[in-house]
Amino acid sequence: MSVALIELVKINFPDAVLASHSQLGDDTLVLKPESWKAVARFLRDDPRSDMTMLIDLTAVDYPDREPRFEVVAHFYSLSRGHRLRLKAAVGDRDGETVEIETLTDLWGSANWLERECYDLLGVTFTGHPDLRRILLYPEFDGHPLRKDYPAEKIQPLLQYRDEPGIEKVAPFGVDEGMAFGRQTHKYGIAGDEDGPLGPKVITPADN
Amino acid sequence: MGELKATTTSILEPGQTSGFATTKFEALLAWAQKYSLFMNPFVTACCGMEFMAVSSPRYDFSRFGSEAPRFSPRQSDLLWVVGTIVQRQAPILKRIYEQMAEPKWVLAFGTCASSGGFYDNYACVAGIDKIIPCDVYVPGCPPRPEAVLDGLMLLQDKIQRGDRTPGIVKPRIDPVQAPDTALVQLRRSRSSRPPV
Repeated sequence: MSVALIELVKINFPDAVLASHSQLGDDTLVLKPESWKAVARFLRDDPRSDMTMLIDLTAVDYPDREPRFEVVAHFYSLSRGHRLRLKAAVGDRDGETVEIETLTDLWGSANWLERECYDLLGVTFTGHPDLRRILLYPEFDGHPLRKDYPAEKIQPLLQYRDEPGIEKVAPFGVDEGMAFGRQTHKYGIAGDEDGPLGPKVITPADN
Repeated sequence: MGELKATTTSILEPGQTSGFATTKFEALLAWAQKYSLFMNPFVTACCGMEFMAVSSPRYDFSRFGSEAPRFSPRQSDLLWVVGTIVQRQAPILKRIYEQMAEPKWVLAFGTCASSGGFYDNYACVAGIDKIIPCDVYVPGCPPRPEAVLDGLMLLQDKIQRGDRTPGIVKPRIDPVQAPDTALVQLRRSRSSRPPV
């Protein structure tokens, strides 16, 4: 329960906090994106909050909102055992310029988290030392977790084989490919007409 | 030599204690190949657990001559693709395949390697046959060890007959041939268990 923590931030940054809520122990602060890093630095350095750990940093795409993206960061204090979530809304409607300051120089774990966020959602973290794709390949065009990325669009790194019917996926139809190999052998039970293993019927006496 | 006699046109001379067998060279070669499949496990995902189960003593696919793992593709005959292949891994998988010496076979282990499974998205390859030719598909998420052994025997069957058409491990009871029976019967009869 870190409602006191929310009040602490509100007192120190009266202009930065747009909203806050605390439901079932989930304490959230919605910030102006300009004060994103200042509040994060305060939360790390102030002994009353002492946020030693950046648990997660990601973003959410709300295509109907303006600003469109919401960057979310979760913090945890190992010494005090409390948590806090920060949010900041950034980005225009078409997703061209989505920028927020990096937290890499405050928490080392922010490096890869921000790279992932850039890779999949296209949020640019200004000041990041090495902002490139981390999961996808450099040839990939676009950001797949954006809501306007087509769900069925794939960008193969390797050209698919030039075979007829390559777009089909296995298992194929019952009349295609090879028949079940074991049924071509005749080492089944004697008198078994339906194949080597046969349709075993479970009777009540078996159970 | 019973297997050799059963699957080729060899003749064992009667009335002799030792005797001799005649066979075709291709049949003998295929017989040797199918029981010495050096494998290269390309294990990427959770199906690897089931792969370990099949290779461990309870199921033990070394009974089928597919024992020796070779982690260099240049020394292996059978490429086990065990798990999901993402687009980023596709060039690696293709390079591994191209490094293998002929003759070589590929087994797609599990639904993801066979068809991509439910990973119908931007990241995953919808089946390794989009990248490399595949000989046997073993569907299942993950497949039961019995299905894997079925796939291995299906591959051996194909090798013996020189058949390169794709083979798919179907359920133990083929619904086409026996449409009224249940697809999968997991329950065993109590009489088949050892006495407690």
